[in-house]
Amino acid sequence: MAHLIDLTLSELVKKIKSKEISSKEITSAYIDRSIKSKKLNTYVEETFEEAIKNSEKFDNNPSFEKKLSGIPLAVKDLFCTKNVKTTASSKILENFVPTYESTVTQNLWNEGAILLGKLNCDEFAMGSSNETSHFGNVISPIDDNLVPGGSSGGSASALAAKLTPATIGTDTGGSIRQPASFTGTVGLKPTYGSCSRYGIVAFASSLDQAGPMTRDVKDCALMLEVMSSFDTKDSTSINFKRPNYFSDLNKNIKGKKIGIPKEYRVDGMPSEIENLWEKGKNYLKDCGAEIIDISLPHTKYALPTYYIVAPAEASSNLARYDGVKYGFRADGENLIDMYEKTRSQGFGDEVKRRIMIGTYVLSSGYYDAYYLKAQKVRKLIKNDFDNVFNNVDAILTPSTPSSAFKIGDKTNDPVSMYLNDIFTVPVNLAGLPGISIPAGLDKNNYPLGLQVIGKPFDEQGILDIAFSMEEKINFKLKTNDWWIK
Amino acid sequence: MIICLKVNYHMSIDLKTVKHISKLSRISIDDQKAKKLEKDLNAIFEWIEQLNQLNTDKVEPLTSIAETTLRFRKDQIVSKNIREDVLKNSPKENKDYFVVPKVVE
Repeated sequence: MAHLIDLTLSELVKKIKSKEISSKEITSAYIDRSIKSKKLNTYVEETFEEAIKNSEKFDNNPSFEKKLSGIPLAVKDLFCTKNVKTTASSKILENFVPTYESTVTQNLWNEGAILLGKLNCDEFAMGSSNETSHFGNVISPIDDNLVPGGSSGGSASALAAKLTPATIGTDTGGSIRQPASFTGTVGLKPTYGSCSRYGIVAFASSLDQAGPMTRDVKDCALMLEVMSSFDTKDSTSINFKRPNYFSDLNKNIKGKKIGIPKEYRVDGMPSEIENLWEKGKNYLKDCGAEIIDISLPHTKYALPTYYIVAPAEASSNLARYDGVKYGFRADGENLIDMYEKTRSQGFGDEVKRRIMIGTYVLSSGYYDAYYLKAQKVRKLIKNDFDNVFNNVDAILTPSTPSSAFKIGDKTNDPVSMYLNDIFTVPVNLAGLPGISIPAGLDKNNYPLGLQVIGKPFDEQGILDIAFSMEEKINFKLKTNDWWIK
Repeated sequence: MIICLKVNYHMSIDLKTVKHISKLSRISIDDQKAKKLEKDLNAIFEWIEQLNQLNTDKVEPLTSIAETTLRFRKDQIVSKNIREDVLKNSPKENKDYFVVPKVVE
């Protein structure tokens, strides 16, 4: 049944509903392939036995009225799953077994999905290459020794390698869209407040959003429809009327105004990306959209702003890991010594670095100069978007300034690693929805993505634009299964 | 004559400051790690410095993207009898308490 894994999520749902295939057949096919794909190091926790049992349970008493009836899914290990280990790929949570379920994953199970396992990511979602995980690097199925991007690197890799029909990630500065771009898959970060943050291991609470990662735009709409909900357990969850993203999806974007921000034409960007962006514009014109040149003047300040705001929030969020109530504990001579040793041994280098940046910018005497300053620049960045959205419906940009790089290429230079997120970070700072879709290949045959940014709560708008572009681009992800012996 | 001096907030972070931040962060570091961090943090803050090119005197800080006031909820207990759950992941086992090193002499 090798062809089962080639079906998209929405095709699978259809085939289960028409009783052409059973949940167990699909679940077994994904498990078999996942077992053969250990080289990619995508899973940090496998729940295969439980998944088979759940698929049998579904087949014995199927309920076809749900949106993900009998569909097996692996999810990023940043989502708390009840009675299933949740580590955020950190040593400090190595043995943490939540007694509660995140709202987003609960929404998946409520619609009939079955957990396959938990996927590797950068430690506490801090990274752009999945090289900061306590459980080792994730390999991209695109090429040996290539990073899948990060922080949702395990999710992107598992999706591209067809170890799960779809998956979910989290995106604080690009952690869904950048790995999607690197692996030739679709990734969407919703508007801040669309998907509940309850039960997601916190990184930077004013920026964190969960979102879908899928093989095509249709699947993306379906997953978003299931994931997004108003939730009183998240104080920043927003109560708005959520459309039926999947059934409302349509290719008619005639008359839509699409902005092209001149500041995203950055120095040193490969001409391939420039050309791809140009192609994207032409596709949109072919679909009847209008292309308008726009300016987002504070773009270049987005990354330094992010690297104050995100570490500041992280240093506060990660203060909870003190070895007292849960997680790893190192023995110490006294309480303070225990804290310091626990955190020193429990966190990896990048996480420590960011906690220390955050602690510094929030510390007495520096708060105004750094943190307050960053909050003010963040306001200017948001104003930029508010201004252009008076004249355009959406914005088209490249997803990343380069294609995927080799493992180890950027680990010694934090700033060059941070620059990966130059096109994705402004979207988080402004709380907007953004989607990355595969748009072509570079000279090494590595995928490149284009990003569509929308107005707040206009996920439907960017999905429709992505849907119409996808048809024109007609990208086919090819991997020759080189990692399977 | 009035001399205008551009205020540059960034003083390079020295080893002493790195150790102070590590203390505040409750993360112990050895000298070798401290030296590496000194280099990394200086590179990062040098890059962050570009924010000072912007005059933000009249800009309101953005503290929350949602721009809503927090909702009130009913003052009701929703989680009952979860003692076991709360203690379940405790690093030192005890069915009634969290155990920590002695704090009061």
